[in-house]
Amino acid sequence: MSFFEKPSFIGGGKKKQIPNGLFVKCPGCGELVHNLELQENQHVCPNCEHHFAFGARERLAHLLDPESFVETDTDLRPVDVLGFQGAAAYKERLQKYQQKTGLVDSVVSGLGKLDGREVSIAIMDFEFLGGSMGSVAGEKITRAIERATARQLPVIVISASGGARLYEGMFSLMQMAKTSGALALHSQARLPYISILTNPTTGGVTASFATLGDVILAEPKAMIGFAGPRVIRETTLQDLPPGFQTAEFLESHGLVDIIVSRKKLRETLISLLAYLCCATPQSV
Amino acid sequence: MNTLPLEFEKPIVELERKLEDLKRHLHGQEVNADPEVRRIAERIDKTRQHIYRNLTAWQRVQIARHQARPYSLDYLRLAFRDFIELHGDRLFSDDKAMPGGLATIGEFKCVVIAHQKGREVKENVRRNFGSAHPEGYRKALRLMRMAEKFGLPVVSFIDTPGAYPGVGAEERHVSESIAVNLREMMILKTPTVAVVIGEGGSGGALGIGVSDRVLILENAYYSVISPEGAAAILWKHRQHAAEAAEAMKLGARELQEFGMVDEIIPEPLGGAHHDHEASARALQEAVLKHLRELRAVPADELVAKRYAKFRRFGAFEGGKAI
Ligand SMILES: [Zn+2]
Repeated sequence: MSFFEKPSFIGGGKKKQIPNGLFVKCPGCGELVHNLELQENQHVCPNCEHHFAFGARERLAHLLDPESFVETDTDLRPVDVLGFQGAAAYKERLQKYQQKTGLVDSVVSGLGKLDGREVSIAIMDFEFLGGSMGSVAGEKITRAIERATARQLPVIVISASGGARLYEGMFSLMQMAKTSGALALHSQARLPYISILTNPTTGGVTASFATLGDVILAEPKAMIGFAGPRVIRETTLQDLPPGFQTAEFLESHGLVDIIVSRKKLRETLISLLAYLCCATPQSV
Repeated sequence: MNTLPLEFEKPIVELERKLEDLKRHLHGQEVNADPEVRRIAERIDKTRQHIYRNLTAWQRVQIARHQARPYSLDYLRLAFRDFIELHGDRLFSDDKAMPGGLATIGEFKCVVIAHQKGREVKENVRRNFGSAHPEGYRKALRLMRMAEKFGLPVVSFIDTPGAYPGVGAEERHVSESIAVNLREMMILKTPTVAVVIGEGGSGGALGIGVSDRVLILENAYYSVISPEGAAAILWKHRQHAAEAAEAMKLGARELQEFGMVDEIIPEPLGGAHHDHEASARALQEAVLKHLRELRAVPADELVAKRYAKFRRFGAFEGGKAI
């Protein structure tokens, strides 16, 4: 076990807050929502269903069978492989976000159960450097997939990422090949992979494991895309269509299988896995 | 080809102009015997050597983008023969930024897929400046599967600023088209060689680059994001592109140290744009060498080795016990 491990995680309380810290203004409906109410409601606005950011550990607590999660690869730590000195030094950024989030990097992974069925799972946390994928995130996701292949388990990845970890240069880019390659072997073993896209999922994460699910789910109104809207507007000098790069847009354009409210995610996964798991040889 | 010299090439150009003037002045005489002519010619050589042996990362990026640099179709013409272009992804359209087809190099019949830029404005628009749409990646995959089916090796040429960031590209899921290529290239049961000939722009480059061997030209670059893009995000201004290029370690030598490229193909002094034929000869020799090495390897072993190679990439502490 890593010495970085924190005893418990009380998340979601660090959003932009109204004076006494008890209320959050909902960007969906503009109402003030009590923090406790949000926490009890998986950070979904009780008035308008707006999905607030959701930390990886909190997500796990709500998604999996109680007490079933065993975290893996907790001792993987990021390094400043390029000696990146720029406008900000990578080492300092890492320290800052490790302190701020209580996470070592942007992915939490492990084994857990969904209605008694064992699954391998990896979850990205946007609060850690924008959920960017560097070597540690790529390695954890790859190991989660390989573990699933070795144990004949389904794999679930929940994405929330701005894309590549620029501070790691090409090491970051190569995580795309690594994770996608691991999924090739998992798929050849005829095991299910469910990818869940949350706000936001962009760049190299979208262009690798996140869009390779046998089933792709997305949270309502999540921003999902390859290039950022500003880059697209500047490159094409074109107006962007309404709803561009939202989960709903991608469902109607054929990428996303189902848009699932966070509160229905657990039951949806259980139903899907019941169909896809332990495939009997009847169809072979 | 008449293109403007790069900023750092100007001392060479000035000397060359001086030499021309002198030769014109000496019209009719034994120019090459003139001591002044020889002196200037030597200085040109020395200056070029000095500049090209001390290139910064940013200067290399500029060479990699040079308009007179050989592009994929130039290499297909000079290093390959009997190219038959095959069009379309069978789904939506034919992406001119990603030509592909059948071609022969040395004793190898292969499938070739490539990013293609254009030189003049009109051709550049047609080629979309070498930025492919999802159709390009899907055509590439179609051709790679054909290669697998008929036992042909795949050679891909990487030369793109990146996959195209546009509305249509997003609507037709360029990210998914790249992701599928990454997954399928990893298990393709035929030898694959990728060559970064100019710009290796991010996921758009990797989308045809998960290969048994990845080669790179001496002055090409391969990066997770363009130096301008990194500067805009990390320095908040594009004018820091030179620093970003340096910081990201995107040059051929650094990538070879990281194990991400298997061989650096030398360019003629003064860059590939200086001598297309010599560049093509060097590329041909390198590609043939790797195809010959891969020819004997059974397909299952190729795939296992390819996976093991990409599986290694990553820098972290801990995590020994898997
Ligand atoms: Zn609301």
